[in-house]
Formats: sequence, C-alpha cells, structure tokens
Amino acid sequence: MITIQTNKEEDFCIIKVSGDVDASSSIHLDNKIGEIIKIEKKILVDCNDLQYISSAGLGVFMSYIHEMEEGEIKMVLFGLGNNVKNVFHILGLDQLINMVESKEDAKNLVDAI
Amino acid sequence: MISRTLRIRISFILGVISFLLLSASGLVLTFSKYNDIPTGIPHFLPHLAFIIFFLSLYVFYHYHLGRLKNANLQDLLWKVFVTGLIATILSLGLILFEFLFRNNRIGQNPLFINFIYFLNLGLILAFLLSTFVVWERFIFYQKSKRLVYSWKSFLYLLLLSLFLIFLQIGFGDPIFYIIIGMSFIISIYFSVNLKWVAYLNYKQKWKSILLFILVAIYLGYFIKRILDDSSDELELDLFDNITTLIIFIFVFVYAITSILVLLFNLPTSSVFEKKLEEIINFQRLSQSRNTGKNKEEVYEILLESAVSAVMADAAWLDIDQPGSLETKQLTYKIKKKDIPDVLDHIPKGKIKKLLSSDPVKNLRTNRYISSIRDYKYRSILVFPIYIQNDSLGTLNLLKEISDGFNDEMIDIIGTFINQASISIENFNLIDAAVENERYKKELNIAKTVQRNLLPAKLEQSDFYDIIGYSESADEVGGDYYDIFKINEDKTIIIIGDVSGKGTSAAFHMSQLKGIFHSLVQLQLSPKDFLIYANNALAKGLDKNSFITAAYYIIDRTKGSVVFSRAGHCPTLYYDHGKNSANYFYGIGLGLGIIRNNEFYRYVNIDKIEYNPKDILVLFTDGITEARNIKQEEFGYDRLKNIIVENAESSPNEIKEAIVKEMYSFCGTNALEDDSTLIIIKFKENKT
Repeated sequence: MITIQTNKEEDFCIIKVSGDVDASSSIHLDNKIGEIIKIEKKILVDCNDLQYISSAGLGVFMSYIHEMEEGEIKMVLFGLGNNVKNVFHILGLDQLINMVESKEDAKNLVDAI
Repeated sequence: MISRTLRIRISFILGVISFLLLSASGLVLTFSKYNDIPTGIPHFLPHLAFIIFFLSLYVFYHYHLGRLKNANLQDLLWKVFVTGLIATILSLGLILFEFLFRNNRIGQNPLFINFIYFLNLGLILAFLLSTFVVWERFIFYQKSKRLVYSWKSFLYLLLLSLFLIFLQIGFGDPIFYIIIGMSFIISIYFSVNLKWVAYLNYKQKWKSILLFILVAIYLGYFIKRILDDSSDELELDLFDNITTLIIFIFVFVYAITSILVLLFNLPTSSVFEKKLEEIINFQRLSQSRNTGKNKEEVYEILLESAVSAVMADAAWLDIDQPGSLETKQLTYKIKKKDIPDVLDHIPKGKIKKLLSSDPVKNLRTNRYISSIRDYKYRSILVFPIYIQNDSLGTLNLLKEISDGFNDEMIDIIGTFINQASISIENFNLIDAAVENERYKKELNIAKTVQRNLLPAKLEQSDFYDIIGYSESADEVGGDYYDIFKINEDKTIIIIGDVSGKGTSAAFHMSQLKGIFHSLVQLQLSPKDFLIYANNALAKGLDKNSFITAAYYIIDRTKGSVVFSRAGHCPTLYYDHGKNSANYFYGIGLGLGIIRNNEFYRYVNIDKIEYNPKDILVLFTDGITEARNIKQEEFGYDRLKNIIVENAESSPNEIKEAIVKEMYSFCGTNALEDDSTLIIIKFKENKT
C-alpha cells in the first residue's frame, strides 16, 4: 500500500510518501512526480513514513534526474529510514539525489543549490 | 430376412398375378354361366384371388411408401393426390370406353361389362389401399405404445374380415350394418391422431386442405362408381364386401376430420409458428459459441430475434465500447441520424419503469416502456443488456402503434437478452482464458530463455571452489550471473540484477549477457568494463529501468580479487585469518541511471588479497531483502553471521545453510524477489 499526499509550504511543494513503494505502487508515485515537476520548482519528498522501496521505486526517482537537471528543478528527500537510505546508497543514487535528515535541512539545501 | 426391395417386387408380382387370376376366373365363371358350360373352376377361386390381390396391394404400398422414410407429410399427401388423379382419369377413361360401345353388341356383352368392372375394381382398390397406408403414416406421426397396439388389432380385424367374403354377407344383413357402425367408431377413434397438423405452417395447411378435399372428391366419385356398377350382369360383386367398406369408411372419415381440424387450426397456426421461431432464435443465441460465431453476430442475432418476436417496426442496439464513451449502433429499419429524434419525442413523465427481478441497481439505464408523442413511432421498449454489473449496451424496440408491447413480449425479450448476455459472457471468458494461456506460454518461453542465460554449471578451478544458486520469485527473474575463464589463473565473474521482473527483465538480462561476453575477452579492468557496459545499456534500457552489476577478476598469479560494483549489493568477504566477515561498500552507481559519459565519476575499484579458506560471497538483494510476515528484512547481519558460523564448511554447505535460514526466516511469506547467491572458497595461494 502506498499513500501520496502533497501540500505547499511557502514555495516548497512537499510530497509525503507513506507505505511501500513496490513494482505496482511505484506507478502512482511516477504519475505524481511527473505531474508535479511540470508546475513546481522546489520539491521536497517526505520519506518519514516510507517503509520500503523496491528497485522499481528507485527507477521512478532515477528516471526524473535528467529531466530535473534540465528544468532546473530542485528535489531533496528527507527523513529516510536506515533501510530505505541503504537501498539508495547501494544503488549509488545518493550520489545523484540529495538526501537530508529533516524538513528544515531540506528547505535550506534547496535554497542553497 | 427378405429385403425391402424384394418384398416390394414379390408383392407387386403377386398382385399382378392375383389380379389376372381374379379377372380370368371371374370372366370364365361369367362365360360358363351365360353359356351353361360347366368349367372346372371352383367358386371360391376368384374370392381367394381377391384376398391375395388385396393383401398384395397392402404389402406393396406399405413397403413402397415405407421406403420414403424422410418424406414429409406434404409429399405423401401429394402422392395420394396423384394416385387418386391417375385412378380417376383411368376410371373416367373406362366410362368413356363403355359409353362408346354402349349401343354396340360388345357393349351389351356381359363379359365386356365384367371386364370393365374388374379393371375398375383394381383401380379403386389400389387408390384405397395407397391412401390407407398413407393415413397410417399420418396416424403414426407421433407413436405411442397404445396407439401401435390398437392399430395392430385394427389390422388383424381387417384381415379377419377379409375372409368373411366367403360368407357372402351383403347389404341388408343386420351384421353388415353393425360392422359399418363399428367401423365408423373405429375410424373416429383413429381420426383424433392428427398431431402432424400442428407442425404445418399456414401455407402448408392451406395446401393440405386442398389436397384432402380433392382426395375426398375422388372417394365420393368412386363410391358413385361402385353403386352405379352394381348391375345384375355382374357375376361377382366384389365391392360388396366388408373389408373394402371398412377401409372406405376409415379413409373417408380420416380425410374429413383432417380437413376440419386443419381448418380450425388455421387461425392459431401463426402463434405456433412464432413460438417455434422464438425457440429457434433462442437456440441460435445460445449456441453461437459452438458454431464459430463472434460477438458481433450474437448482437445481430439478438436484434433480429427481438424484432421478430415482438413484431417491431424498427429497432436499434447500442453496444458499449470498452474504454470509451462512444457506443456502436446496430440498426433495423431506422437511420442512425433519426435515433436522437426518437429519443427527443419520449415525453418525460410518460416513462413506465419495468420492475426488474434482478437486484442490480444503479444501472446506466433501466428497462422501461414508453409512448412516443407526435412521431412516426408510437411506443418504445428499452432493455439494458448487462453481465453482472457491467453494462454491455441497450436494446431499443419501436412500434408504430401505441401500447404495442404486452407482458408476454417483455418476457420473451428479457429471455433473449439474458441468453445473449450469457453468450457474450462466454465469449469474454473464453477470450480471457485464451489470453491467459498465451501469456503463460510467453512466460514459459521467457523462463526457458532466462534459464539458458545462466551458466548451467559453474566450472571449478584448482585454486577455488565455487557454487551458484538462483531462484526466481516470478515466472521469470531478472537476476544474472556468469563466469568466464580467461586462462587457468584468471577467472572473471559477473553478478547482476535487472530492475523489474518478468519478461522485460529477462530481456534486459539477455542484453547484459551479450555485453558481458563481448567485453570480457578484452580483459578490461572492472571499472572500464562497467563504463562500457553503461554506455551500451544507455541505448537499450527503458526510461525507468536500470541494472545493478558487480564485476570480479580473480587472479591467481597476483593472489587478488579486483572488483567494481555498479549499484549492486556490496561484496561480502570472509577473512579466515581474522575469522571475520565484512561488506565492501565501494562507491558505485547502477548501470543505465546516468546515460552520458559522466558515469566514470561514480565507480571505484576495490582490491582484496585473498588467502586460503577465505570466502567471497556474491548475492543479489533478493537474499538480504527477503521479508517475513512482520515485514522485517533478512538483512546483511544475518547473512554475515551465517558465513562466519559456517566458515569451515564447503561452499555448497554454506549455500544450503543460507537458503535454509532464509526460508525459515520468511516462513509462510512467499519470496518477493529473485535471489541469487555465489560462494567462492579459495583453496591455496599460489604465486
């Protein structure tokens, strides 16, 4: 199961992803991010309640890296649990995607880059 | 047993002989009477010949008409008519003959009169018996045991009565009248067997009536003929016998009742035809799958059947198209552009909803009946077609008269719709089953391909033992490993995991295998291999897909393992000297994530100097991410501990220990991902 909620804080768009992102639920995440990067420039992904992410879920984040670079869209993930963080780390995505501990850090980082 | 054809022939020949014998003996007897010359011929001879002639005729017609097994009743009736016509014409010919010679001496000659009489007798009996046999067939149109028995008794009675001829019972005898009265009763008893009438259509009934009337006219004519012929000149009046009379009465009564019943059945025949048509249409709807029809044709049959069942003046069928708001329309005698017009003329308040026995509510349309105002059509019946809760479409029937649809029509339309829905559902189910079967077949092919991509057996070396294990969670997995020996001292191993599962994963895996076998021969460093592989895969992978891989070069001459990882699980290495195991998390990025030439920035090379009894463990995330029912992962620590605990075991025993531990950890939870494991244990450190 996956739930995705979005809300705006200042000029940040916060996507809260909860539950498991596996092969089937990753489609919802894909659609949501695809939608949001068309209108938003500053995106924060709240991963505090993200329990599990499969390779298909990683594929979603990976597929937007290039697009975001081109559109000067900034995205930062925050609040990742150890398991999830490890998955990103093993694949090497932590080298391409910014990940921080808290929402405040995320906001600061988005403004800094 | 004598064959049917032989029976027909024998009875024919016997008939001809007995007729000749009858005529000859009769004429001789007449001659002897008039000339007072005694002949040697006994008086019973013509009677005996008559009986034989009579029986031969019956047997002949019985088998002759019996041959026409598949002939319908119309054809049989036609035969009777034709026989009667020929008999009548011949008989009229005889009258003409008699008339021409009436003033002549020959015309007055008793022999001549008798001769004509015998010919007439033959004709009339032939007609009577052929008609009798046909009526027999009519009566047996629907046999019952009782009917067969009573008919047989009737035949035996007739046979018995035939011998009464010797008793010379004639008109005037009381027994004669009793027998006539009885034969009327018997005839009426058999005349109620007119079930065949119901199966004729309107036109056939009219035709039958006409033929029966003509047959009755012949019979009337023959009666007159017989009565006229009863002159004194006749030595033998063979018509004056009971059997002929009974048959005569029977044939006549049956013809008359048939005419009457046919007449009374005329007005209701259209109802019967209609019911028959409905049944046929119903069958067409239900058997459409067996007869190789498609869904389209089921809809066509439905429209056609519904129109004919309610005698609609126009109709159309809206068929929903899956995944679209558009509907497809099949029409009958109405133009598609007129349909919105018709709907506009349905007055809002006048729609009468029909109670549906189905509990399904909230259908897009409900069945209803309505009048139409100020339009060519005056009433409409609308029926939704659905399978369970899914609407398939709507049937709309129009009539030019108001209140044109009665309850019976609504019922029959409901039945047609139900049957059509069942047929459509069957089509859908079978299509789905076929689709599923095809999908399974494809997966099987993919599975075979995938199995063939993995090395069938890992080749052992004299400086290490190796064992591999791979289990796919789905029908087709995305894990890959391979081994390549450059020479006796140098072995290259690759392990990889394609994101996603199923057929596409297997497809990408085969790409990786192609790349591996092409590049491995160039003896590239692990890092260079991954850079080239990334470039090659950048062109071929889907947008969301990537591959993780790790590449190892084991070199005996250097006593080292050199490796790089591209987003793949870290390498687990057990150092026998320190009795500890560690993961090598070098930096690395999955293949296909960056599709430009920046990739080299994200890969590193690691190097291990190995010692005997050291263990190298390569695996995919299916092992470490295997989860139990509580969603806990098997994890890196468990894997590491098993290695340390089993460090003295053989690679195969270590593998067994890991697999066993993993399955007992997962419990009832099924494997979610493919899991692959390669264990290499070094034997000696030779330089």
